Amino acid sequence: MIELLALNPSWWQETFLIKVPIGLLAVLLPAGTIVYLYLFKAISFMQSRLGPMEAGPYGSLQLLAEVGKWLQKEDIFPSKADKFVFAAAPFVVLMSTFLLVVVLPAGPDALFVDLDAGIYLAMAVSSVSVIGILMAGWSSANKYSLLGGIRAAGQLIAYELPLILAVVGVVIQAGTMNMQGIVLAQAEGEIFGWGGIGNPFILTQFIGFVIFMIAVQAELTQAPFDMPVAESELVTGYLTEYSGIRFLLFFIGEFASAGVFSAIAAVLFFGGWYIPGIDAGSQVFNVIGPLVLATKTMIIAFLIFWFRFTFPRFREDQLQRLAWKFLIPLSLVNIALTGVLKVAL
Amino acid sequence: MSDFLRSYLTVAVFGVLACALVGAFVGLSALIRPARKQDQKYLTYESGVDPVGTGWTQSNIRYYIFALLFVMFDVEAVFIFPWATRLEQYGLFGLIEMAIFIFILLLGLLYAWRKGVLKWS
Repeated sequence: MIELLALNPSWWQETFLIKVPIGLLAVLLPAGTIVYLYLFKAISFMQSRLGPMEAGPYGSLQLLAEVGKWLQKEDIFPSKADKFVFAAAPFVVLMSTFLLVVVLPAGPDALFVDLDAGIYLAMAVSSVSVIGILMAGWSSANKYSLLGGIRAAGQLIAYELPLILAVVGVVIQAGTMNMQGIVLAQAEGEIFGWGGIGNPFILTQFIGFVIFMIAVQAELTQAPFDMPVAESELVTGYLTEYSGIRFLLFFIGEFASAGVFSAIAAVLFFGGWYIPGIDAGSQVFNVIGPLVLATKTMIIAFLIFWFRFTFPRFREDQLQRLAWKFLIPLSLVNIALTGVLKVAL
Repeated sequence: MSDFLRSYLTVAVFGVLACALVGAFVGLSALIRPARKQDQKYLTYESGVDPVGTGWTQSNIRYYIFALLFVMFDVEAVFIFPWATRLEQYGLFGLIEMAIFIFILLLGLLYAWRKGVLKWS
């Protein structure tokens, strides 16, 4: 343990001066962009209205105005609530998001850590947010919150399985759980002997991609899977008793995870920081890689929010039926098919 | 000091970073937010009427059964991942082994299905 923390100035410098600020940016910037571009603007245009227009050019500073507003709200703890757990819940939810972002590679050398078990760690920590949500729902001592928290837990664990099993198909094809390895496998891969554009796994793992995106939609509790926060029946579910800054933290957590999950989908299925035509080992990717990844991330995030704005809410039983009777068997079939093809070819 | 542990130390740093961010937000808010205490503010919210009974009520037993099913499949996933990385080396042998493994677990899901656990009446 002492050896583990032994002073190594260059490592600590690199971590705290470079990785920590970039990590903060990597979590907060996509979250802010998604909220402004999609939640404020795209939904408004789809509903034939303008959305926020007053704060800044085209309302682009609206989000900062909202944060300023939330910061000034009174901090209210319900008298019956379990105060420690109530206060701890946002910490757990945001921690899950920050641990997810750590595995993302944005270039051959532009990465936080190169973990051999990268995607495996991501799948493991993504379920930590369930604990935070259950804590929020239970500690509020409110009937709406408890129902919302339990619905959320039931939904998140049901869709956790298709999410994990859809990733297995990618791991079989890439032969590694390392995120960098998965990107390189797509860059250097071939589709049945043709390597013109590498092998972006969306083409060869299309079923896996569809399952993954449906599961991500449910993991983020976005409509049509917003049963846990169904505002017309549960007020706002597990968030009912949260107000002011603590509500804002859950809000940030929700949209930051939307960004991070989109980025993970971009790495797994769209080749991450790689674009065809340039050698994958080239130093160019350390510069344009983050931009390429960000572009792919925003395109996938648009898919998520497009579905959110389009489809009506599932009922609780329909939601569980879709996960257990359709997505899980389908993802097992996908694993079997991928395995057979991998061994046969 | 191995690189392996170093990289997980970075992961831990990011966990601490999340706590620091939340703490900073709450701390910043504590500096500028008002605090005007009124007993009614701290009542449990029940759509505007006085709360009835306690907030901790019983919920549907099905959620518990789904949680049990989840444990079964989650453990399965833990075993599938290492297999998936080595499939090319295992070849046909690995494929048949995993087919048997998944089949046994599917039996569990089929049993739950047959028992009507997956149905909401």
